[in-house]
Amino acid sequence: MERIPILKMGEYLLVTIQVDMHDQLALTLQDDLTQRIARERSRGVLIDISSLDVVDSFIGRMIANISGMARVLDAQTVVVGMQPSVAITLVELGLPLEGVHTALNVEKGMARLRQQLGTRH
Amino acid sequence: MRQLVREQAMALGFSLVDQTKLVTAASELGRNTVIYGGGGEVRLDPVIQGARRGLRLTFSDQGPGIADIERALTDGFTTGGGLGLGLGGAKRLCNEFAIESRPGQGTRVTITRWR
Repeated sequence: MERIPILKMGEYLLVTIQVDMHDQLALTLQDDLTQRIARERSRGVLIDISSLDVVDSFIGRMIANISGMARVLDAQTVVVGMQPSVAITLVELGLPLEGVHTALNVEKGMARLRQQLGTRH
Repeated sequence: MRQLVREQAMALGFSLVDQTKLVTAASELGRNTVIYGGGGEVRLDPVIQGARRGLRLTFSDQGPGIADIERALTDGFTTGGGLGLGLGGAKRLCNEFAIESRPGQGTRVTITRWR
């Protein structure tokens, strides 16, 4: 089955979405990521969506779900790299992703995670 | 389907933001056609009105239809467990929006976005 790779880097999990997200793939990622957070005892999740040129309500909900599930599992999520046209469309669609932390790029996203979790390394 | 809409919109000279809005609306409506309509078809028609150019998309299915269109267009209303943003959101993302539905006979949604 097609899967989006999840990379472990210390206390963090990194996900780069580089393929067109269809619904099943999004659901699989949601499952995989929550399991990995629990197994690896991760404190932070960084999701890079810079390659996504469309985020509809389903994918948007999946992103919000992951962020919420991670929080319940004591991990912070930062979504990075959203394309400006996607941001405009999401807000107009009616899904402003409130409660989801975002950053402009991977570097800023990592800085944000470190800051939120307190610098420990 | 999303790729086809993107290519057509690009060929018609839509800006990146407008392409993205149209593709996103198409994604919402396409999902409705599959989930609620049990599958159906999408037509892509470039439209020219005077100096205006646009792209019209028609989603039709022979599914159970929508009992209360007014309610289906309300944000947050859903019978399928989603967010209930699909129809209303798609409407906001295009310039023209029309929906015809008869219970038991299916649904047709037509949207147009002008360049």
